[in-house]
Formats: sequence, C-alpha cells, structure tokens
Amino acid sequence: MSNQQWQRVCAETDLFDDAGVCALVDSQGADSQVAIFKVSQNEQQLYAIGNFDPIGKANVLYRGIVGSVANEPVVASPLYKQHFSLTNGKCLQDEDVSVAVYSVRVNDGFIELLA
Amino acid sequence: MSSLVNILVVGNGMVGHHFVEQLIKQQETLDSASKFQVTVLSAEPRMAYDRVHLSEYFSGKTAQDLSLTTKEEYDQWQVDIKTNAKVTNIDRQNNQVTLQTGEVLTYDKLVLATGSYPFVPPIKGNDQPHCLVYRTIEDLEDIQVSANESKTGVVIGGGLLGLEAANALKELGLETHVVEFAPQLMAVQIDQGGGAVLKDKIEALGVKVHTQKATTEIVKSDQARYKLAFSDGTELHTDLILFSAGIRPHDELAKTSALAMGERGGIVINNQCVTSDEDIYAIGECALWNNFIFGLVAPGYQMAKVAASHLLGQTESFTGADMSTKLKLMGVDVGSIGDAHGKTPESQAYTYENQPEGVYKKIVVNKDKTKLLGAVLVGDTSEYDTLLQYMLNGIDLPEAPEGLILPMSDDKPALGADALPDTAIICSCHNVSRGDIVTAVEQGACDVATIKQCTKASTGCGGCAALVKTVTDNELAARGVEVNTDLCEHFAYSRTELYHIVKAEKIKTFEELLTKHGNGLGCEICKPTAGSILASVWNDYVLEKQHLPLQDTNDLFLANMQKDGTYSVVPRIPGGEITPDKLITIGEVAKKYNLYTKITGGQRIDLFGARVDQLPDIWTALIDAGLETGHAYGKSLRTVKSCVGSTWCRYGVQDSVSMALLVENRYKGLRSPHKIKMAVSGCTRECAEAQSKDIGVIATDKGWNLYVCGNGGMKPRHADLFATDIDDVTLIKYIDRILMFYIATADRLQRTSVWLENLEGGLAYLQKVVIDDHLGINDELEQQMEYVVGTYQCEWKTTIENPQALKRFKHYVNSDKSDDNIVFVQEREQIRPARSEEKIPVKTIETI
Repeated sequence: MSNQQWQRVCAETDLFDDAGVCALVDSQGADSQVAIFKVSQNEQQLYAIGNFDPIGKANVLYRGIVGSVANEPVVASPLYKQHFSLTNGKCLQDEDVSVAVYSVRVNDGFIELLA
Repeated sequence: MSSLVNILVVGNGMVGHHFVEQLIKQQETLDSASKFQVTVLSAEPRMAYDRVHLSEYFSGKTAQDLSLTTKEEYDQWQVDIKTNAKVTNIDRQNNQVTLQTGEVLTYDKLVLATGSYPFVPPIKGNDQPHCLVYRTIEDLEDIQVSANESKTGVVIGGGLLGLEAANALKELGLETHVVEFAPQLMAVQIDQGGGAVLKDKIEALGVKVHTQKATTEIVKSDQARYKLAFSDGTELHTDLILFSAGIRPHDELAKTSALAMGERGGIVINNQCVTSDEDIYAIGECALWNNFIFGLVAPGYQMAKVAASHLLGQTESFTGADMSTKLKLMGVDVGSIGDAHGKTPESQAYTYENQPEGVYKKIVVNKDKTKLLGAVLVGDTSEYDTLLQYMLNGIDLPEAPEGLILPMSDDKPALGADALPDTAIICSCHNVSRGDIVTAVEQGACDVATIKQCTKASTGCGGCAALVKTVTDNELAARGVEVNTDLCEHFAYSRTELYHIVKAEKIKTFEELLTKHGNGLGCEICKPTAGSILASVWNDYVLEKQHLPLQDTNDLFLANMQKDGTYSVVPRIPGGEITPDKLITIGEVAKKYNLYTKITGGQRIDLFGARVDQLPDIWTALIDAGLETGHAYGKSLRTVKSCVGSTWCRYGVQDSVSMALLVENRYKGLRSPHKIKMAVSGCTRECAEAQSKDIGVIATDKGWNLYVCGNGGMKPRHADLFATDIDDVTLIKYIDRILMFYIATADRLQRTSVWLENLEGGLAYLQKVVIDDHLGINDELEQQMEYVVGTYQCEWKTTIENPQALKRFKHYVNSDKSDDNIVFVQEREQIRPARSEEKIPVKTIETI
C-alpha cells in the first residue's frame, strides 16, 4: 500500500464521454489493467475500477455500458451484464464478488491513477 | 365409497383425457374420501393429442406439439396408461374387459370414451390405395406419404372437417378439390347465403369446390391415378382421395355387450352420462344423449366433467350443449351461433352481405326482436364473441338489432365485459364463466397467461382468447392494477412509446431523450434501446460521439464479443453468393490473423479470435476486396438465405438468388428491436427454409408467396402465410411495411414471432394493416423505409476512414501491448480459447 503513487496514463482528451477506456498501470511491481470511465452528467466525472470481469473471467469491463442503478453509477459487464458499482467496485447481483477501485484525478490535462 | 374404486377408461382421445384430468382435479378440491385406481386403455399408439388443430401438423407442428399430456403427468396422478391396448370385449356379468392381447382386466366402473371414426361412404372402389381418411396422426402420416406421390387431391365432404382436410392437402402442395353432396358447403353450421360466400372465398384461394355431386364410383384413370364418376355423368381426375363425410360413433363394444343403443348407433346415456348399465359411463362422440351425438369437443368436455363429478357423488348433469363455433378455414373466418338456420317458429333474420369483400353476416332473432337466437358469420367474425354472449345469456337486444352486424354502425353496442353476468360462459370448451375469471383475478392472477393456466380458459379451441383478455384486463383495471410496461427505472415508457416520442419530437440524441423524458444516467437496457430507435428513425453512424455510449459491446466494436473478450468477424455474403476471389480474401485474412473459421447457419463465414486492436486491419483488407460489414453484431438484418433457384436448379420456378440479393441489399443495416433473418426459396421444395424465418419468400409459378414471423432458435415457430402469388413490387412493398410496423410497435428484444403472437388480432390484423392500409399509415411506413435504405452506409468503411472512431480500437489507452489474458491453444488445426487450466497463471488483481 505504501508504494502507491500517482501514475500518469493518458490525456484527458483520450477519454470518451459516458464510456470507458483501459489503462495499463504498474501496481506494486506488476502490470494491472484499470478501466477508467467518464460520466459526463455526474458531478464526480471520473471513476476507475479493475478491468477484469471476475464473473466472465476476461479483461473487458471498460467495454461495458455506463449507467445508474438507483442513482449509483455502475458499469454493466459486456459479457453477462452484471452491474459493478463505479464507487465501491461491488457487484450488485452477487455480493461476494467485487473488483478493485482506484483513485483517479485530472492533473494538468492528464489522467492520473493512484496505483 | 371409502374402499379403492377401480376405474377403467377406454380411450385416450381429447375427451378421455379430459375425464382423467377432471377426476383428479375434482377429487383434489373435494378432498374426497373415495380412492380411485384409474387405468386408461388407449388403442392408439400415443397419448391424447389435440385433434382440433390436427391440420397444423402440415404447417409445421409435430406430434409432440399437438400432444395434450405426458406419461410423466399420468405418473404424477398415479394413473396407469396402456397404449396400443385395444379393448375387444366387455363382460358385464363379471365386470371385466378383454384386450386384444388376451389380457383381462376387472373394473368397478367403466368409462367408454372411444370416440368416433370417419364415415366412408359406400362408393365402389373406396378401398383402393391412396383412398384415405383424416382423423388421427397416423392418418396424416399416410396422407403425407401419398401426397408425395400425387399432384391432385380430392376431399369428399364439404363440411367443417372436410374443409380442414382440404386445407391440409393444399398445404401439401396438391391441386385441391372439394366434392360435396349438398348444394352448399358447411350445411350444418351455416345457411345458404353464407355457404355461397364461403365457396367464393375458398375458390379464390385456389381450391375447386364441386357442390351437388354424388360420387358413384372410383375407377382407374389415364389422366391421373383415379377418376371419380358422378351421378350426373361428369367426372373428376385425381391421385388422392380423402373421405370426410361425417363421423360414426365407435360403439362396437356397447353393441356386443348389449348396452342400450340408438337406432343409428351411439351409446345411450342419461344426464349423468351413465349408460343402461349403472357401472358403465359413455362420454364424447361415442355417446348418444337425447338422441343426439355431439361432434364437437366442448360438449365432450362437459360430459367428461359430469361423469367425473358423478363418480365423486356430485349432482352435476349434462343438459345438452351449445354447438356454436368459430373457426378459420384456409384463412377464411367462419362463425355459427345457435339457431343459424332460423328454424325457430316465427323467428326473423337480418342479413348483411358485402360481395366485393366476401363478407356475409346474418342474425336470427325472436318474433319481437328482443333476443338473439342465432347467427352466421363468414369472412369477418369480429362480432362473434359479442353475439354469442347475447345468445347464451339472453341479453336484451338493442332497439335496432341490425346495428350489431352492420359495418361502421354507430349503434354497435360495445358489449363491455362488465355488461356480462358472472354466469356468462366465456370459454365453452372448458366451461369457464366470467365469474371463474373474476375469482382467479381476486386470487392474484394478474395476466392472461396466468388466467389461462389456472382456469384453462382459452386453452381448448382458443376462440375466446380476445374475450378472455378483455374480461381479465377489465377486472384488473377495476381493481386499479396497472400493468407496468416501463422500459427500466430510467424511463416510465414502453419501447413503443419511446419510439413514437423520438419520432414525434424529432429527438436526435439519448441525452435529449433522457433530459426530457427520463431520469438517472440510463443503463444497459434503455441505452441500446434508444440507440436502436434513433438508428431506425434517423439512421446516423452508430459510433458518432453522442451515440457511441449507447451501443452494446457488439455494436460498439462492430463485431461479436466471445467468452474470452475477443471478437468474431462476419462479412456480408448477400444471399450466400460469393465469388472465388472474395472467398480467397476471407481465407487469406483468416490465415494472416490466425482466426478460427466456421461456416454459419446463414450461409456466411464467421472468423473468430480477433483481438479488438486487430479489427480495423482485418476490415481494411476485407473492404479492399469489396466485402461489407455483415451486421452480425447488430439487432438488425442478419442474412437472407437462398437456394440456387431457377438459374441452375431443375425444379426452380423463380430466380431466388436475385430476389435474395435484392432483399438483403435493401434491408441491410436496418436497426430493429431484435435481429431479423430472411430467406428466399426458388420453389415449393423450400431448400432455403424460408418458413423458419422472420420474413420468408417462396417462389410460385405465378410470383412469390410471402411468409412472416417464423423463427428457429429456442422456440421454433412456423411462419404464417401472409400473401400468395404476389409480384416483385408488391412483395417489397409488403416487406417494407411489415418491418417498419414491427419496428414501430414491438417490445425491446422481441422477435417478430413473439410480436405477432402478442399483436391483438394476430395475422389477420397485420394483413389488414399492411394490405388494406387499415390504419392509413402505409405511405409513412414506406417513406421511412426509403429513408433508411437511402442512408445506408457500411459501418466498417465509415469506421476505418474515421481516425477518431479508430481510437477506440486498441486495448490500452496508454500502450500498444495486447491483453495477455487472451490465450489460444490448437484444436483440429485451428485455434480455440484456452481454458483457465491451460493458461499460464495470470496474476490476480489485488485489491488496494
């Protein structure tokens, strides 16, 4: 945990409104895939969670549709449509399943992840 | 009765089965102390099936579809069933029956439900090969075999069953004739005027009707297999002869065991369905009540119910049955209610006839015009339900009763469901009253499907379906129950409503739709739905910035995502026709990118295992060779399958490939509520399997037959014949209208098959809308289709020319590496995704 640091991954303009991209980051010495979402209508616009779908077992979450369930921002897995919360990573359909959540920020026109 | 009562049921037809069902059900509700040991003996090789819809066997239904029950169900009821068990003798002295096998069974009570057999008139030569009857599934199998070796078929008998049989022959592709002894068709149910209109309509469908013909002999012919010689000296050549000249009760067992019989057959029963032997009951078409044999299923069911209740010590009785009937014969609606012939003394009639449209309606009323006694309806039976309720419940007629059958009459009282008394019988097959439905709703049933399940209403002949729905909806409305058709939590509208909102308000983006009519952020249900609607209406490029977030992953990457996150690629191969050069390109691309290659069911080639970053290069190569996107990823037109047609085939009658190309190129790219599949066959052999498609086209020697709303897949549905012998222009016009009407009115992810089944009025209504422009929207539907056709683009061509769109086609936003979790292994000389145990251990993603 102590080794975490902000990593610059892409320009803010590389993101797509209301959709995701996937970034490759170095998480404590190993490659990790992070899905970053820009939700244009929310006050907090940026969210980042692990890209690996633990149910479909593939690196695809960034390709899911972004939306809300009872005002909680979520992404629906493109494989089997389970919802994952963008704020806490929990799967709404199976409470035993969750994905990692990352801190994300805009710094000087670039997107940075804490990993 | 408290000991075990041993009941033998002879016959497992519709009525015999209904008796068993009734006995089990009534016993449960009565919590009766009597215990029954029930054994059913069926002479047929299979258990009860739906004989009313027998002709559907030729339009795609299987014996299993027609089946009414299963061995498992009988096991559950602890009822023993023996098939191929023909009873040959009843020993009333010792309460025993003997089977053909010699086996002897004893009974305490015996129920005869032996049914009837088709009457074959004593015409010389009636016992030759290809002289058949129409009653059992085995008969149908024989007819099918014979039809394969025949060109022409004749049905002897122009009654209800005869016309059903004629329809079957027509479905089998035979030139079909009906020969009737009486001066008109369906003389039992309808009057002369109705018979004349019916004859015209049936002849317009290509079946030749010969009335007032008595066949004297069937002899060999040089022009066909046989010829029928008529008493007036004329003759008719045919290969196949089907007798349908009425039924005769199967009463041999009663005869040999000396039960009381009618003069012309039939086992005499009393109001409790008990025969002259108090241990023996008879029900259904073998029974004679009040010197009358009931040849319909509804009275048989009533007898079954009465006999079961009598066995349980109840006091129900059979006091005759209403013989009203509504049916569709070769697509012609026919209805007959009560005293259709006006035989009641001093009765009077009102008649309406519309010759150009082939509609005939008559009502018979009592002397003072206050009560309805009977009716005949041909060509349009929309008033049947209302008229039947007037007759059955003795409801007072309006001042001008003719208003009930006149078209566009202001007087036509909408006999609302609440105008009916609780005792009104809604479903006469299962004797379900309005009160029964109301009770079911009170107990929590809140849709028609549940009502059908718990009351059995509308599960017999199905004629009361519309009325059951009206009564149910009415009750639900009265209780303030609203059926929620909201698309999802973000929109309080159905898909259809959203479609009309988008069109009417000219909404061009999801954002605008959500701001004006929704809430929240949207979701994976409403976003793709809106995306599809916007594409159907405005047909913008789906990866436009504002539309991109709406697309499901398949549409988003214009390819089909597979389980490992890779994609499959399907180029369009219109009509399944492809040049060797294009085939070679597909092969080269597959080889270069190491893609798994498989031929699809829709005459195309699917290339699997492409990573998201490879898609643009793959498509650049395919497009350079002249291929286009196949929309295999979209809820849109997939393929138009075709056979090779008259160009090459010895049997083809039209150029099916050209038509398939025309159709596929016209509708490619059309976004719709679900995927659409089509096919074109060049002749009636139907090699393209068009009758299992949403839109199926089959060549005839005069043009095309159009079939609609078929489906393969999870719940196969045989397509319905929509129009016959139409020319190219009419064909395209009809398909345009049908598709746009589907797009405007279907639910999200509703295939055309389910859509049609849920469309009120069904096929007939769709025909009215599309062919007769009943709603006055055809111009609009066609214009909209023209717009979509005119704005078609190959989405992959647009994409590879658009740098902004191409940005999405890489796995990482910050690296050109590819996903290391995608691993393939070799199998049968091609790749397949590695199973997890075959992968090099992938590091798990740690939670921070």
